[in-house]
Amino acid sequence: MFPARYWREIPQRYRLEATKCKSCGKISFPPRSKCPKCGGTEFEETKLPEHGVVRTFTVIRVAPSQFVEQVPYAVGIVELHGGVRITAQIVDCPLEDIKIGQKVRIEFRRIQEDGNSGIICYGYKCVPAP
Amino acid sequence: MREVAVLGIGMSEWGELWKKPLRQIFVDAASAAIADAGVDKIDSMYVGCMTSGLFVGQEHLASMLSDYLGVSSIPACRVESACASAGVAFRLGYVEVASGVSDIVLVGGVEKMTDVGGDGATFALATAADQEYEVYHGVTFPGLYAMVANEHMDRFGTTREQLAHVAVKNHKHGSMNPRAQYPFEVTVEGVLKSVLVADPLRILDCSPITDGAAAAVLCPLGLAKKLSKKPLVKITGSGHATDTIALHDRDDITEFAATKRAAEKAYKMAGVGPADIDFAEVHDCFTIAEICVIEALGFAERGKGGEAAESGATALGGPIPINTSGGLKSKGHPVGATGIAQIVELTEQLRGESGKRQVKGAKRGLAQNMGGTGGSTTVHILEVA
Repeated sequence: MFPARYWREIPQRYRLEATKCKSCGKISFPPRSKCPKCGGTEFEETKLPEHGVVRTFTVIRVAPSQFVEQVPYAVGIVELHGGVRITAQIVDCPLEDIKIGQKVRIEFRRIQEDGNSGIICYGYKCVPAP
Repeated sequence: MREVAVLGIGMSEWGELWKKPLRQIFVDAASAAIADAGVDKIDSMYVGCMTSGLFVGQEHLASMLSDYLGVSSIPACRVESACASAGVAFRLGYVEVASGVSDIVLVGGVEKMTDVGGDGATFALATAADQEYEVYHGVTFPGLYAMVANEHMDRFGTTREQLAHVAVKNHKHGSMNPRAQYPFEVTVEGVLKSVLVADPLRILDCSPITDGAAAAVLCPLGLAKKLSKKPLVKITGSGHATDTIALHDRDDITEFAATKRAAEKAYKMAGVGPADIDFAEVHDCFTIAEICVIEALGFAERGKGGEAAESGATALGGPIPINTSGGLKSKGHPVGATGIAQIVELTEQLRGESGKRQVKGAKRGLAQNMGGTGGSTTVHILEVA
């Protein structure tokens, strides 16, 4: 991971910064300069909702090198309140307990071990929520 | 627009080609296609390749491959659209001939994947997904398709066994293809006992890592009639569409909307519908992909793609044979070459040259090639001229 590449995504990964289209209200994450729904170009800053449900998921058994020590781990597509969807790991629960439709919330966690660049990568993961 | 024929086809050997560099693999396929076409010159060339930079550290294939093919003065261009690279190369060559810009165009695809280890290949292939918002979180390509499979199973009741039936069928077809990388048969039990990669997908649900190339020579149909002694095959439909790069940005991840849109365009152009297609080659990079894609193409009702594999509807002898070549699953999947290899299978079937796996009375075939999790797709329809 090159430092600039890691650094420039920090607003999204650490602070969940997103943008809301001023004409149609669609939330884009990561932020875009053109709304994918209506083509609008004016946005207001917003923060991703932190609660949502697991729409689908898998358990990764064969992982890329930065994730080998975490195997097996669950990754899912999570639909947050308001309709934005993200891909994130689902942690803090037995893998066999994860279900489609399960309620989760976002927490700030370490994502990858330090690779060649020596940067330890952080960001969001999902944990079960009541 | 001029009518366009597939004048010649060729493939290299496919498999783990330790002794052959990328340039030789491509030249093997291109030379075979040029010989099959019986032409002594080509006017222009498009080569699909997903990521030679990551697999062998070589870019600028336009120069290298035209040089080693011995045609180094012609316009040449490398085309990248992940695993749909060759499908897009084919479409660009078709457009160039149809438009009248060139008469004889070589379209090809090549990938040399085995010079890197498993980890390097996983990394290279994952560049077809969103690096910052999917891959960053530890998802792999099998993982992305596994999420599609879980949603398809949850929504439509598709079973784990039905996924296995796709692999069983394609390996059975591949066992009749002398060029297949893995020309052996597998059983449902064998698939279900194979190693888990990303739940519910197992290793025998996944297409392999392959070195290989494929090529075709295109020309106007009128010229083909003068040049060719073989049964003529013409291109009657061409569709191409894109979708979001991140799977999570799609409202319906099992729909494969780009495939649907590309197919609509190709069907409209050819003036036909799914019921008029005799056989098809589709992008079965994972078993679940074939299930979703045949639904998007209209060969199975929504949610019934798994049943189609289980019932034998998509097997040789069924109403719509799918992947008679063995598909990506058994024939192999050198990612940037696959789209043209599908055209090779269609052309051989339409010429009646497919031997034991010949579809009886094949007059019209369809090829669907897609990149990533369906972020780009081409659909082509070929017919006996």
